[in-house]
Amino acid sequence: MVTLEPIIHLSRELLPTPKFFFGLTTNRSRVGHLPLEKMESQSQVLERLRTAFESGVTIPEKFRRTQLTNLMSMIKDNEEQIVNALHKDLTKPKFEAILSEVDIVMNELHYALSNLTSWMQPEYVSKNLATKLDDCFVRREPLGVVLIIGPWNYPMQLLILPMIGAIAAGNCVVIKPSEVSAATDNLITELMPKYLSKDCYAVVRGGPKETQALLKNRFDHIFYTGSQAVARVVLQAAAVHLTPVTLELGGKCPCLIYGRVNATAAAHRLVWAKFFNAGQSCVAPDYVLCSKATRDALVPALRQVLEDFYGSDIQKSPDMSRIVTPKHWTRLMGLLNRTKGKVVVGGEHDEKDRYIAPTVVVDVAEDDALMEEEIFGPILPILTIESLEESIKLTKRKEKPLAFYVFSDESSVVKKVLENSSSGGFCSNDGIVHMALPGLPFGGVGNSGFGHYHGHWGFEAFSHRRAVMLRGWALEKLNALRYPPYSDEKLSWLRWTTSPKSCSIM
Amino acid sequence: MSRPPSPTPARWFKALRRTRLGDPCLKTYPLESVDLLKRARVAFQAGRTVKENFRLAQLEAVVQMLEEHECDFVDALGRDLRKPRFETVVSELILVKNEAVYAINNLKKWMQPQKVERNLSTTLDDCLVISEPLGVVLIIGTWCSPVQMCLVPLVGAIAAGNCAIISPSECTVHTTELLHRLIPFYLDNECFHVILAGMSDLPEVIELKFDHVFFTGNKEDGSKIALAAARTLTPVTLILGGKNPCYVDQHCDISTTVQRIAWARFHNAGQSLVAPDYILCHTDVKARLVQALKCCLMEFYGSNPQESRSFGRIVNLEIFNRTRDILWRSGKVAVGGHVIEAEKYIAPTVLTDVAESDLVMQKEIFGPVLPILTVNNVDEAIGFINKQEKPLCVYAYSTNGKVISRLMSETCSGSFCSNDCILQSVMVALPFGGVGASGMGSFHGRYSFDTFSHKKSCLLRSARFECVTYLRYPPFEDRNLSLMTWASSLSQKSQGWCQIM
Repeated sequence: MVTLEPIIHLSRELLPTPKFFFGLTTNRSRVGHLPLEKMESQSQVLERLRTAFESGVTIPEKFRRTQLTNLMSMIKDNEEQIVNALHKDLTKPKFEAILSEVDIVMNELHYALSNLTSWMQPEYVSKNLATKLDDCFVRREPLGVVLIIGPWNYPMQLLILPMIGAIAAGNCVVIKPSEVSAATDNLITELMPKYLSKDCYAVVRGGPKETQALLKNRFDHIFYTGSQAVARVVLQAAAVHLTPVTLELGGKCPCLIYGRVNATAAAHRLVWAKFFNAGQSCVAPDYVLCSKATRDALVPALRQVLEDFYGSDIQKSPDMSRIVTPKHWTRLMGLLNRTKGKVVVGGEHDEKDRYIAPTVVVDVAEDDALMEEEIFGPILPILTIESLEESIKLTKRKEKPLAFYVFSDESSVVKKVLENSSSGGFCSNDGIVHMALPGLPFGGVGNSGFGHYHGHWGFEAFSHRRAVMLRGWALEKLNALRYPPYSDEKLSWLRWTTSPKSCSIM
Repeated sequence: MSRPPSPTPARWFKALRRTRLGDPCLKTYPLESVDLLKRARVAFQAGRTVKENFRLAQLEAVVQMLEEHECDFVDALGRDLRKPRFETVVSELILVKNEAVYAINNLKKWMQPQKVERNLSTTLDDCLVISEPLGVVLIIGTWCSPVQMCLVPLVGAIAAGNCAIISPSECTVHTTELLHRLIPFYLDNECFHVILAGMSDLPEVIELKFDHVFFTGNKEDGSKIALAAARTLTPVTLILGGKNPCYVDQHCDISTTVQRIAWARFHNAGQSLVAPDYILCHTDVKARLVQALKCCLMEFYGSNPQESRSFGRIVNLEIFNRTRDILWRSGKVAVGGHVIEAEKYIAPTVLTDVAESDLVMQKEIFGPVLPILTVNNVDEAIGFINKQEKPLCVYAYSTNGKVISRLMSETCSGSFCSNDCILQSVMVALPFGGVGASGMGSFHGRYSFDTFSHKKSCLLRSARFECVTYLRYPPFEDRNLSLMTWASSLSQKSQGWCQIM
């Protein structure tokens, strides 16, 4: 494969600064403006990918490794551009961008490259009496052409991380970045064909209309991250073609604080997890449940920590993100205006800047506006419920969330919550980080989605586990027990040879 | 969701009373399903099914039910499909028992949380994957293997700690009635229910919202089920039929091949999801194959299979007519071909001179009809197989390992078996499921348990050790970022910054 590195480095010297470059492409309507080959139609793209897949080019391990390594180069070489694009879309601070969009992807790439060989190995299974002379194993096979639809809140991570699993599993991939995070959309569209095989991987762009048209095609798997409403549309479109789907949806992630707890330590971790990316994370703690005493200790701690983190004038802090679009800003302000709770911290906002200060609202009731839907913003309601049991009951009345959090120094409290709740993931005494470990499956349950990915789970999500039995010709006499004409004697023999330890002799 | 008119008290009472064997089954109205689902949910919320002891007791009850009522099952399947006693016991009862016993023996292991490799900062923490039950699941059976396809998923659902509602097929009335009658005597009455619903009612039942739907059947119905589940964001497992190709090479042991194929194709009168649907046979060996099949069928079923006690019947007139139609409009009959409508009997039939455009190659065959197509070499066979939709199984018979290897790696299907049929779908340790048009998801053994579980990732941290985590807090400084990157470069490449998060 021709190496593009010298060309890219050279072109970087010649090109104007990234800021200027992205100034040219912010106008969303000028989709076809990018200096690439002419835009193909969706069906042409899919046909190209399908032909490539059927030719078997994505199957060898070497090809998959090369593509993953190229993806790694893509991220490494363009780190600055990625950070700038993210800043443009979400005013994401460089630190957050590197941590949650660049490093996590690099991590996953390293993990996949280190483990790819072992993941691709056939899994031999224990045999029974009759199959002792045979080979029984499970093969991981790629599914074909898969579609990955990304959201706007972590536009790199939530698009590239599943893509890593799909590439490692040997599929051809179509990715559809979110048009809401326009700068990242542009960047990915520009970079992807430069680093990855154009025959096997493609970027399709557009809004809801283009996505609906795309979904009319047949894919071998669809991976969707986003909202429940759109998920229903995706699932219904997939059902027509009997396409399996992985859904990563949100939910209201509760955060219970009970028992003995160090308010300052909890406040640090809670603030970090809640206001990272201005609260626009599917796994951000959505609301807090705690007793009155805990609340009274927590609120001043939260206030102090917010000042430590962002300074006294948070809007001027470079470390705070903004809300992605005016529409989302308006929605959040709507929730804040309709709440019957009391704003005790924050509450400041600036429409032009799409800024909402980290806000804490207390005295929130279960039927409050803030409890209607997933907040997805820097507003933290605190519901005051004296007993842990009542809190757990409240969370059970709601849909199963993507993550469940509990802060407590008492392991009995943690254990009780763990055993009496259901959620995609669970983390005690911290937030978000449980999804950073590649060994843990990341996915939802119930209304927060189904299917998992990250690490090996991503590889499995995009693979078909094919059962293979390679039989020999021997032992036909034994086989004859199962053939007609049936007799009671044969049946007795077959029954006798069936033992709990090994399967039937069939 | 439209509701049926509220049943009159008399009708309601009728629907609730248990029928005696021999009476036609009564439908479960969607309204009653609402009530059953509510009861199951309440039982699940109360945590009844979560304890290991409960799950073991229910699994043992399933085994007991099969053992104590073997005669009833044999009788019911005999009436529905004229299934020989041997086939019922071996392919339905023993199979389910094996699954249940396997689950009983491995339940403790499966229920253990899986520990995950930890990194530097989580050394003091617990990183686990816990298998949680999903809630209330719906299992929709099929008529080909009515007991197996209802009870094997049920075993998985019980082992995983769920409540379940089973809907056996409306075609096998006696077996369905039997299950409806027996299950309340053996399994917990609040957690497990049997409903009698037809394909037309099932989408409505699914929209009542289950936590998982497990469906076995054909592709058209599978699509309807998937659509109904999509409306409520319900995950599904679909085991759909397909045309399972069977390649017979010129180098193979003909007599053994023929025995294995004939057994697989004609057991249960050809009504099986995993039977070889058609043969792609090398031109050199076709004549011998047909001759050998003739002899083999004579050995198995005698000169008049209608009188053989080892041969079954088609389940109902609709399927019978469909299969007879396919038979009469395709190719040339080389063996068999007799049909008797009154008995829903179709003789074990082998068709030759079959063209790709014939009806028998367009539809899935649910009957004892085996078309043989000829190919000149392996490439042609592979090309032909890949032109069709991905099937549930691909079979290949050859003494040449390279041919087997090619067929395995160049085709795609739910499962693959060389030099035999069906067995790969019976082994408890192997996953059984489809891909593409033959379905999604898999079950059997551990895979059943995983299908009906949610894998919850848990990170149990302590709040006390803030020594390194402070690096990630704002105010963000490049210095901190460099420190984190430097620290991650000290260790394995694969860990990265989450080392010190």
